[in-house]
Amino acid sequence: MSSSRGAGRAATRRLVVPLLAALAALAIGAVMLIALGADPVEGYRAMIRGAFGSGNALVETALKATPLLLVGVGITIAFRANVINIGGEGQMIMGAIFAAGWALAAPELPAAIHLPTVLIAGLLGGAVWGAIPGALKAYFAVNEILSTIMLNIVAVQIMNFLLRGPFIDPGEIERGTRIPQTARLAETADLPILLGDRLHAGPVIAVLAAVAAYVLLWRTGLGFRLRAVGLSRDAAKYAGMPVKRSILLALTFSGALAGLAGAVLVFGSESHRFVTDGSATGFTGSAGFNGIVTALFGGLHPLWTIPSSFLFGGLLVGANALQRAVQVPSALIIALNGLVVIFVVSSDRLRTAVRRGPTPLDDDDSVGAPALEEEAVP
Amino acid sequence: MSEFFTSAVLIATVASGVRLAMPLLLASLGETFGQRSGVLNLGVEGIMLLGAFFGYYAVLETGSILLGLLVGIAVGIVMGLATALISVTFRAEQGISGIGVYLFGLGMSDLLFQRLVGTPQPIPRFDTVAIPVLSNIPVVGELFFDQSLIVYAAFLMVPVGTIVINRTTFGLNIRAVGENPEAADSLGVHVGRTRYATVTLGGLLAGLAGAGLAIQLGIFQQNLTAGQGFIAIALVYFGAWRPIGVMLGSLLYGLVAATVLQLKTLGVIPLIGSDLASMAPAVITILALVVVARRFRQPAALTKPYVREG
Repeated sequence: MSSSRGAGRAATRRLVVPLLAALAALAIGAVMLIALGADPVEGYRAMIRGAFGSGNALVETALKATPLLLVGVGITIAFRANVINIGGEGQMIMGAIFAAGWALAAPELPAAIHLPTVLIAGLLGGAVWGAIPGALKAYFAVNEILSTIMLNIVAVQIMNFLLRGPFIDPGEIERGTRIPQTARLAETADLPILLGDRLHAGPVIAVLAAVAAYVLLWRTGLGFRLRAVGLSRDAAKYAGMPVKRSILLALTFSGALAGLAGAVLVFGSESHRFVTDGSATGFTGSAGFNGIVTALFGGLHPLWTIPSSFLFGGLLVGANALQRAVQVPSALIIALNGLVVIFVVSSDRLRTAVRRGPTPLDDDDSVGAPALEEEAVP
Repeated sequence: MSEFFTSAVLIATVASGVRLAMPLLLASLGETFGQRSGVLNLGVEGIMLLGAFFGYYAVLETGSILLGLLVGIAVGIVMGLATALISVTFRAEQGISGIGVYLFGLGMSDLLFQRLVGTPQPIPRFDTVAIPVLSNIPVVGELFFDQSLIVYAAFLMVPVGTIVINRTTFGLNIRAVGENPEAADSLGVHVGRTRYATVTLGGLLAGLAGAGLAIQLGIFQQNLTAGQGFIAIALVYFGAWRPIGVMLGSLLYGLVAATVLQLKTLGVIPLIGSDLASMAPAVITILALVVVARRFRQPAALTKPYVREG
């Protein structure tokens, strides 16, 4: 018990480093705002108000945090097995494609069946898009960073193709407007609204997924094997563990959670349509990338990723408020987002350097990534 | 379809493929240096976008193409140094920090474009310079020796890069640091300094590639590079970390892109299928990675930050 409290304190301490890193990125953002002729104090005040200042703001933050948490938890599973998953964007899109495809193919089902099957379809879509780079890495030694980036590009093109063609709202063709989007998807598959008119069940699903991932990683044999493979592929292999299958599974789980995030985005959206603006970011809001930072923020622990996603979600919601308040182009948010990624990742080694300090054994199951190494899979 | 197979169309397509290969070639040659020294720079796309915007803006304001290229180079150097600081000094996880650089470049170039330019305005493009004698060779002359100077420069960089990597002390240091930094360090090679040099060089070439792309198209718009920076990284794997291989990969990509463009223009591919045709480069890359991963080994220290022990 005392050891887990100690680990908790250590984790709190370690949350401070990425938080400072994010603040440093925002300081650069202030300089950019001044350069753009905007008042940074006013901007950042609007940011905090927009993220946490009211009930509505908190709801928006929770909704923004949902895909970050789901992707982040998936990233955590992959990282623990020493695999980097840069493919969250594509896996989210594939999850949305499978989920929307299922809802279009089976439009009339009772709600008790429709919603769960739509979410399962999302999980499946993401799982497929995670299993491909997983298998390529495990059995063909293909670098997963590259394969996932390429699969992101492929997923976007498939999405654009489907939404302009087979999936398109028939009304768009009749009116001749041809906006690439589906019709309003079946109401029986809507994520139920829990509070007010915006807060849907997505955040609850994400938190449950985080708890499930925690149980998987630290309370099951499979999770133990994944982490063992992450700590040392050679040792795990020597112990007779199925290294290749573990790598495949880690990326499959990781993709499945991102796919679920994609399904939640579609069926929790206000329009209840799957819409594309032609880019990945237009659909995902870069959650596939930001989920990585969320996971690092949370010390690569599924449960710590919950508060981490809320903070990061607030940052993104607040950035929108900032942009509206001081009237700067929204591209500023993408640039700021990049800076936050850079600063958080750069501070990550500082954090692990701190961890390597005294005794490695006291750091049982709570925080700290395995030292990522690109080992060839024999 | 038969229209495509007339010699004039074929020659035009291949010549345009050689042209389209230029930015990919410059960026992937730069990335080759970084990776041979053990650093994966995943931010090439972001650096290209910044180089493209600043290069475009310089040409728009001054009308000087040379100045545009120099500005692209300068931006690339700054971003290369920043990348080295992040990857070498701060030892950030390279697979992720590069995504940050990409997002920064994507947002920043768009932000500056909207603030400083607003509506797209065309700028002067490269002139083609026919090389005497060689350009008179039938077919080959039209394909390779009636291009712009930057295309020649990019292809000239291939033998230069090969010689630098394989035949100079600097190249030996790069390879040593990328394969076994501990041993290199013990022999007095400065690991950090070598990696700073290669990553900065990679940034320089990425910035130049971006500026070259903008001036080649005579335009800038949001996300101008549209994934070319990521393709350039994949080409380094494709080319098995050798300038010649990287060049062949760039040419193949240029040709595929030019063919898809040409088929679209001729209306052979209906509009609806063009999304699927645009998938070709990414799918080819994945297949190529499978083949390459079986045959070639990446630099042993790739993506591993170096920490001197004890």
